[in-house]
Amino acid sequence: MAKYIVRRLLQTIPVLIGVSILVFSLMHLIPGDAAQIMAGEAASEESVEQIREKLGLNKPKPVQYFNYVSNAIQGDLGNSIRSGRPVVDEIKGRFWVTAELAVYATILAVFLGLIAGIISAVRHYTWSDVSIMVVALFGLSMPNFWLGLLLIQWFAVGVDFLPIPDFLMMRPSGWGDSWRQILLPVITLGTSGAAIIARMTRASMLEVIDQDYIRTARAKGLSEKIVIYRHALKNALIPVVTVVGLEFGAFLGGAVITETIFAINGMGRLTIAAITERDFPVVQGTVLVISLLFVFVNMLVDISYRMLNKRIDLS
Amino acid sequence: METNVLEVHNLRTSFYTDDGEVKAVDGVSFTLPKGKTLGIVGESGSGKSITALSILQLLASNGKIIDGEIRFKGENLIGYSDRKMRDIRGNAISMIFQEPMTSLNPVFTIGQQISESLIKHQKLSKRDALLKSVDLLKLVGIPSPEARVRNYPYELSGGMRQRVMIAMALACDPEILIADEPTTALDVTIQAQILQLIKELQHRLGMSVVFITHDLGVVAETCDYVAVMYAGQVVEYSDVFTIFKEPKHPYTIGLLNSLPRHDMEQDKLEPIRGNVPNVRDMPIGCRFSPRCPAATDLCRAELPELSKDDKGNDVRCWIYSDNWDGEMEVNVYGEKRIAQGRGVKAVFSD
Ligand SMILES: Nc1ncnc2c1ncn2[C@@H]1O[C@H](COP(=O)(O)OP(=O)(O)OP(=O)(O)O)[C@@H](O)[C@H]1O
Ligand SMILES: [Mg+2]
Repeated sequence: MAKYIVRRLLQTIPVLIGVSILVFSLMHLIPGDAAQIMAGEAASEESVEQIREKLGLNKPKPVQYFNYVSNAIQGDLGNSIRSGRPVVDEIKGRFWVTAELAVYATILAVFLGLIAGIISAVRHYTWSDVSIMVVALFGLSMPNFWLGLLLIQWFAVGVDFLPIPDFLMMRPSGWGDSWRQILLPVITLGTSGAAIIARMTRASMLEVIDQDYIRTARAKGLSEKIVIYRHALKNALIPVVTVVGLEFGAFLGGAVITETIFAINGMGRLTIAAITERDFPVVQGTVLVISLLFVFVNMLVDISYRMLNKRIDLS
Repeated sequence: METNVLEVHNLRTSFYTDDGEVKAVDGVSFTLPKGKTLGIVGESGSGKSITALSILQLLASNGKIIDGEIRFKGENLIGYSDRKMRDIRGNAISMIFQEPMTSLNPVFTIGQQISESLIKHQKLSKRDALLKSVDLLKLVGIPSPEARVRNYPYELSGGMRQRVMIAMALACDPEILIADEPTTALDVTIQAQILQLIKELQHRLGMSVVFITHDLGVVAETCDYVAVMYAGQVVEYSDVFTIFKEPKHPYTIGLLNSLPRHDMEQDKLEPIRGNVPNVRDMPIGCRFSPRCPAATDLCRAELPELSKDDKGNDVRCWIYSDNWDGEMEVNVYGEKRIAQGRGVKAVFSD
């Protein structure tokens, strides 16, 4: 197992190099002169030259890349063009907001998804199974922005049950004082994940229930409850773990729309703002952080799947 | 007097599939006297496993027992509530399955899996159950059982897993052990060991055993009684001596005939021609009639009943009935049978 973990760690190195090259190239892939674009069309030759100087764009590309990577390793992702603050600081405050949103969304998705999936599997082909799966299909196909707007319309504007969240006012790492503020964005983000987990759990349970060892469990005289929740579920959850991990990764990187709708100052919103403001160091920074997170989460998922699955793999 | 611990009467079990009803078991009757071993033999697909699963009511969700009686110590298990059945499963009647590689749960240790029935039926504590699991592993001949209880199934070979399955089945001192081809998935050398083990344990523990196999050699070695199955039905049921010395049903005769034997010349070795009928397209008459060398119009038109002869042995064949419409001296795979009503004594050609 330790060997596998080391191998899996080593495997991420080429991925990381690829990510860094891509992120670095962002600056150079855009047509025209990056410094000119950042400065804006009306900028003077002088200020363009200044930006070029500041970003080191006048040096040869390999040197630029090397500098970029070595700075990044030391935690220096450059400074924001707009605010002049270090990119790392800009991201830090926003990161925890997004991370918290993603964690809650994952918890919601796992909770709803597992319950729905298990009920569906245990009562498969009954009325409850069919309705749960129809709802899941809705949850899966409903675009985030649409769901978010609907929720605001129903609960915040119409009924006055939940406040329209004002996240701009919040502490950068906190959610204000009320669970009600966080509820709508979490539902918006987590619904599709819940649907995916429900479908996965159901399929996995149905497959496991037909296995020989489930018959063995019944042959021991165990109750149906123990057969389902002890013998079947533990096996059925192994592939679900992978999906949960991937969903969490997707929530981290994919909160852009939800954050925009609910005006949450997370990483997604930071990225959008940086793009519209042509703040390239910040864009580079957020893309890099999100990619690294994704690579890291993926690695954890692989390792945990391997750990859980070891018993099955070798048989 | 001998008491029968298990009596199955005219069992019928069907599966309901998208393509219609599959009559997997369609007329199975046999008795198992206490402390004895009954062999169920028959080709692949003849309904042996489904018969066993029906006894414990462990059929897949699309399967259903539609008729018959399963009497365990006189009480009909059909009609038992699921709760009452659960008290029987793994306790009074337990089963070893055909597939040792996949019959253990991969995510629980051997000890946990054996302990479960002990905790459930004998109300042992977790600790005591684990201790008894070690004893059981020792009983079935697994080396260093103290370490093995902590193993997961993937850490054990097929033979070891089948021993674990046996230990699990024996955990609560069952009155009946059903062993469904416990050795087919294993190496020949290990097969012999497992058979020996079951035989030994039966003598030591006084269990009655239902032994399912398609190996007549194994039957001769281990069984006291034999039920021969063909296409979902029992076609002959006798004590083991009668089955080998005076088989009556042409199918049984054919089976024995195709067995290599050392005690006689085999110049008249004749295989059973044709194929097993399709479950969805059974012959109207006797199910063996399309392949039977002695079949008559009666055989092809009407299904014979399983009926007793004067020695209490059962055969499902028109030759031994009063209605027989063929020659009085019938040649079946080189052996002569005299058709003169029931209970006929076989006449061996020389
Ligand atoms: N779940 C099911 N659905 C439909 N048909 C089934 C199902 N299970 C078994 N059958 C059918 O029932 C018949 C009897 O099967 P069974 O497993 O009892 O055979 P068997 O005598 O044990 O054969 P083998 O020696 O190969 O184990 C087969 O034709 C099989 O296709
Ligand atoms: Mg079978």
